Amino acid sequence: MSRTLLFIKIMADQTYRLELKNITKSFPGVLAVQDVTLSAYPGEILALAGENGAGKSTLMNILSGAFTADTGMILLDGQEVKIPSPRRAQELGIAMIHQELALIPQMTVAQNIFLGREPLFAAGTLVNTKMMQAEAQSVLNQLGLDFSVTALISDLSIAQRQMVEIAKSISIKSRVIILDEPTSALSERESAKLFDLMRSLREQGVTLIYISHRMEEIFNLSDRVAVMRDGQLVGVAATKELNVNSVVQMMVGRELKEFFPKAETQRGEVALEVHNLRSGSHLKDATFTLYKGEIVGLAGLVGSGRTEIARVLFGADPNEGGEIRVAGKLVKIHSPQEAIRLGIGLVTEDRKAQGLFLGQSVRSNASVSLFERLSRFGFLLYEKIDQWVRGAIQQLNIRAANLEQRVGNLSGGNQQKVVIARWLAVNPQILILDEPTRGIDVSSKAEIHNLMGELAAKGMAILMISSELPEILGVSDRILVMREGRLMAEFSRADATQDRIMQAATGQLQNAGLNVHE
Amino acid sequence: MTAPVEQLRSAPFTLNIFLKRFGLLLVYALLGLGLSLLSDRFLTGSNQINILRQATISGIVAIGMTLVILTAGIDLSVGSILALSAVITADLLKQGLPVFLAVLIALGIGALMGMVNGLMIARGKIPPFIATLGMLTVGRGLTLMYTQGKPFTGLPDTFRFLGTGSIGAIPMPIVIAAALFILVTVILTRTRFGEYIYLIGDNPVAARLAGINTNRMIVFVYMISGICSALAGLILIARLDSAQPVIGVGYEFSAIAAVVVGGTSFSGGEGTLFGTLLGTLLIETLSNGLNLLNVSQLWEQVIKGVVIALALLFYKAINRSSK
Ligand SMILES: Nc1ncnc2c1ncn2[C@@H]1O[C@H](COP(=O)(O)OP(=O)(O)OP(=O)(O)O)[C@@H](O)[C@H]1O
Ligand SMILES: [Mg+2]
Repeated sequence: MSRTLLFIKIMADQTYRLELKNITKSFPGVLAVQDVTLSAYPGEILALAGENGAGKSTLMNILSGAFTADTGMILLDGQEVKIPSPRRAQELGIAMIHQELALIPQMTVAQNIFLGREPLFAAGTLVNTKMMQAEAQSVLNQLGLDFSVTALISDLSIAQRQMVEIAKSISIKSRVIILDEPTSALSERESAKLFDLMRSLREQGVTLIYISHRMEEIFNLSDRVAVMRDGQLVGVAATKELNVNSVVQMMVGRELKEFFPKAETQRGEVALEVHNLRSGSHLKDATFTLYKGEIVGLAGLVGSGRTEIARVLFGADPNEGGEIRVAGKLVKIHSPQEAIRLGIGLVTEDRKAQGLFLGQSVRSNASVSLFERLSRFGFLLYEKIDQWVRGAIQQLNIRAANLEQRVGNLSGGNQQKVVIARWLAVNPQILILDEPTRGIDVSSKAEIHNLMGELAAKGMAILMISSELPEILGVSDRILVMREGRLMAEFSRADATQDRIMQAATGQLQNAGLNVHE
Repeated sequence: MTAPVEQLRSAPFTLNIFLKRFGLLLVYALLGLGLSLLSDRFLTGSNQINILRQATISGIVAIGMTLVILTAGIDLSVGSILALSAVITADLLKQGLPVFLAVLIALGIGALMGMVNGLMIARGKIPPFIATLGMLTVGRGLTLMYTQGKPFTGLPDTFRFLGTGSIGAIPMPIVIAAALFILVTVILTRTRFGEYIYLIGDNPVAARLAGINTNRMIVFVYMISGICSALAGLILIARLDSAQPVIGVGYEFSAIAAVVVGGTSFSGGEGTLFGTLLGTLLIETLSNGLNLLNVSQLWEQVIKGVVIALALLFYKAINRSSK
């Protein structure tokens, strides 16, 4: 492989936009990127694939100045460049949209787009707000985004924030744009918008490097695919010479395990009944029932109120008038603590803000919800805790140097797995998962889906929110669709198709199947 | 994963990690070495005991402060809590209340004032800085009112044992401070309560969603800080044999300084009690040394301030480069 790479390199040296040569980067205890040599042409979309923790984000962070490589060289349009800071990268025309969003929540959209390069008045001291907002508006228009440039980031949904990041990189007029799992928080429709945009940037000669775990997207979009494993580059090839299997095989370095088709589950008693749930402006009316032993998919566009349902059921937001019955009993849930006592669990959608303690150890993060159970007179039984955490690490294939490692230093996908692990420990009666496999690689994703099936088979009721329709269709026994804060449709597994769900989510199909179980 | 890969993935122990773990100890050792060369009185047993005795008061306050700062909070009211509980106790003792009861009442006053702090912060959503600043003012005001500006002096000997007595060769204040230090270290590192403190400081939103009763925890933490302040006050008046209305003024500063020099982060979730111990000893050793070298009080303030600023810069640099 390396010899062919070298050969291609000599052949095409002049035409590369970007060359990474022998890049190595280690962190205490981890060799994250090891002697990687990789090049990209102008006007191409290069996909970067690899398992969670393979080193993709680290490599790209080196290119965008967030990290400095231990050794190696970077050439941009044939010139060697040093990129000691993100600012320098920006000046060189390299923009990166990070896996974990990096916007400032207390600032407006326009301020974030122009952060650090605000247009100034002649004197050079005051920010020219009007001009900044006008330019930001024109970028938003170009992307077809309909929120205001003066909106605060903290008031936007994750998907909208993602689009702000993209708007930012476009406004910089970059030569190289790196997108680290940009679609993991987007719905189908928003992703499509992003892909159109990426294609038109490619036409303009921009080099796009695109990290994703979604194979369909990689194959639809990219010109070439580079695959990393354990910090090394294991292959680069034209997309049309590859197929999903060959990429996955390169990623995991072995034959793919067999994944079982979804198991038929037995629908048990009623686990949860919800009547006219209402909260704030995002959730107007939802009435549905969950049964033990079934996985219910909750689909809908981003912002349609799905997350709000989860938050109200979990006591994170107030319930404004709806009725909630757990196992037949009318309950009031005022706090997450009460929800957990009633046997409800929630994997939140935003792991960084709501799920993880980034500065704390893998152990604490994975086992926090076990502390009550695994302590005596307040003293934690660390031996038992460690034993359990090790088991979860193995079950979910979490790549961590050791149990003491800070969760913030894990790769994005491994962070997500830690959040899931926490709830496996609790083993609730009702588990709500909000975008549970965001950022998780293909093989682990299938494993998590299998795990959900097993949990349901043992009698758990699972409500899964997902913006990925294939995931919804693949995992759910029943599918609910939300639109603008209301539950609009219900499909059985047999009746559901991608089209029908989309129609219900966008309002072309009204109240389908909702009276079925009344 | 195969063995060779495992090997490749482990990188060497870096200077950064070394400095982070042992940097403070190193500075402490260097300071000790320097002072013992400059002054032959520094290394004597009586001087070292003296340093320790000085360190107990600010150290005890700093223990409570460490917990508060670990939750990303701050407690500016420690000096006022110390003062109010001290003068009331002194008064009660003079009126002949049994020592045991008086001590309990003092700790109770500390706990109560801490609870008010905690409730303002957890329930009232008032920023810790503002809430405890309010308590600082109110507490001091009440102290002045209670004492009418006059000190209480002449406390019973059984009580004064807390400040002047000793067990074997070890002075009582040191025994108390050491016991408290061990107790709180155990709580922080071994118990659910301790883990929750770190988690809340790291991410309060996630803590609540993980099922932790964050409000109650916050109230507890400020109560502990209040109790620590009251305890420090008891030892102080027992040693001085008087409770002045201006007792404890400025104690928040030295406690916060010790915690921060000890490496606990203002943004919460990061730090150790051992760091606070070293921070306290470092600051007290520095004052002691400057005293021995006859440096003026005014310069002492300046030098202490510079040391704290340097410590903050040091931690920042280490944290940045280890990312
Ligand atoms: N700041 C850091 N400190 C220590 N280790 C780190 C740090 N950042 C990343 N790592 C480690 O480097 C390795 C590669 O991580 P990286 O984030 O590049 O993976 P990735 O390929 O992007 O994975 P994912 O698909 O999950 O996002 C992981 O083992 C991770 O734990
Ligand atoms: Mg990544």
